[in-house]
Amino acid sequence: MTRSPETTSGPGRVRRFRPDRDVEEWHGKYLPYDLVKEFLIALAVVVLLVVGLTVVFSSPDDQPATLRSWSTAQPVDFAQTAITELDGTSGTASYGPPYNQSNPGATQSIGPFSPERWFGVHHPIDTANDYVVAPLLTVPNQPALDAAVSVYTSAPASQQANWTAAYEKGVANATFTGGALQVPPGSYGPVAPMIRALTSMAQSGALDGALVSSRQFYGTDYTKPLLFLADGTYLANLGQAQHLQGSQWGMMNETGNYPGQAWLWLYTLWYQVPPMKTSSNADLQVWAIMMVLTLLLALVPFIPGLRSIPRWTRVYRLIWRRHYRDLTEEGTNTGPSPPAAGQT
Amino acid sequence: MMTANTEIAVDSASGLPEDADQLTAKLRHAAVAALPPERLMPDRQPAYVASWIYVFGVLTLAALAVVIATGLVLAIFGPSWWHVSTVGLFVNSLHLWSVEVFFFAMVVHLWGKFFMAAWRGRRRATWITGVVSFVVSIGAAFTGYLSQQNFDSQWIATQAKDGINSTGAGAIFNVTNFGQMLMWHIVLLPMVVVLLVAGHVLLVRLRGVVPPFAPSKSPAPESDPVPSAEEIPTGDGG
Repeated sequence: MTRSPETTSGPGRVRRFRPDRDVEEWHGKYLPYDLVKEFLIALAVVVLLVVGLTVVFSSPDDQPATLRSWSTAQPVDFAQTAITELDGTSGTASYGPPYNQSNPGATQSIGPFSPERWFGVHHPIDTANDYVVAPLLTVPNQPALDAAVSVYTSAPASQQANWTAAYEKGVANATFTGGALQVPPGSYGPVAPMIRALTSMAQSGALDGALVSSRQFYGTDYTKPLLFLADGTYLANLGQAQHLQGSQWGMMNETGNYPGQAWLWLYTLWYQVPPMKTSSNADLQVWAIMMVLTLLLALVPFIPGLRSIPRWTRVYRLIWRRHYRDLTEEGTNTGPSPPAAGQT
Repeated sequence: MMTANTEIAVDSASGLPEDADQLTAKLRHAAVAALPPERLMPDRQPAYVASWIYVFGVLTLAALAVVIATGLVLAIFGPSWWHVSTVGLFVNSLHLWSVEVFFFAMVVHLWGKFFMAAWRGRRRATWITGVVSFVVSIGAAFTGYLSQQNFDSQWIATQAKDGINSTGAGAIFNVTNFGQMLMWHIVLLPMVVVLLVAGHVLLVRLRGVVPPFAPSKSPAPESDPVPSAEEIPTGDGG
């Protein structure tokens, strides 16, 4: 190699050679190299490897959770969650954008930087109406239930709050016996029959279909039922058992003993360390860190110091060890001129 | 009218006169000038291209080919097929493991190229397209996990929504909307990945494989002044 760089074309500006930016033109040997053959061999290796892994490990396919499976397995937890949807204290009800504006304080921010708030509500969810009142109104031939819903919706907000607060306390000690939800006596007004009916509706599977967001026959948006599921402890417990919680590095895991999205290890790592570990703005903080790191990685060639790491660490001596060994043995790196065709 | 003395370029394929002003002809000339066939598909490489690390680039391409092929089979039969069919489960497993191999090979390739400082010598665009391909591939895989229609996709959607929403992107990229995620997974993101990878490979062919560092006994700081003999004229971006 000589100090004749590869960047000799172009306008006649002159600049200094920088080893982490420029290269010296190769005047050494060119050897036969069959790229197509290399690709075909690589393809064969990958196919064999993938088929082998498939035969041995297959792929995970755990049954999805549904409102039906939840309300059947844990009806009390379902009822306890349903009342928080009705009184507006559930996770979804108090989420903020993009679902609602009910709790501006829940919006994540770093100083004045709060893109969640700037973008606003785009998938509106009114949990009391969407998760409880509206589904109950679809139940046919239930005049008592229709009357209860009517009493609740026409009552003043303070009265509604009294009923739901009382029920929320009562349902904490509820049981499910004899195929029905049993809540200790209290002043629940129409709330008790409403939640009881919603639990039955969920157990029948009707609530799953009623919450799929679609104005057409075909529905593909599962935002509402998924968020409802996520508000209870049922889904969380299933995730915990499958080592999928955020505190369990769950963002890069999947069910069973599969590698999951191992490439998300760095993203997941930030959730395990302070201050993100306990911060209410953890998501935005982690995303900000990852955005900056990704930008740094993409722009390494432009960043002095960072782009010198390969030269300083000298790992390249290992990669090109044959080249450097040949140089040492020959005492020179100049070889025959490259062939007319085929050189890069 | 043409005279007997007029020299006319003839398209060797058709035998007809070539219209040099035609946009198609201009584009062809520019493409061939930038990447002549012997550069696009060379049969020789510099002697320093001799390390196992070079295998991981082509392994990444091979794995991507398997990912796309198995994805096409899954697309033919629809998103529910693999839940109810043994053959479907097998194809889905091929798809999953080819993705794992793809990422493994790509990460090794990425770090190999980092330690070669493969951006040197006007190869910065090659590096950047590689990094962006990696990032977009993460998005493609992520939307694949969201499109599985099983417990994993439910869990990932409900957990990931908080991160996506915090950036404001949740307003238009709704991870709990299965239909939207499926379209991103099988149309938008694969298209971007394939285009980026194609551009990346063309840049590799255009610039060639980065040569080794010049041998030195001790690394010198970048800002060291060098003799005038080492001053170099710049090209188009170096």
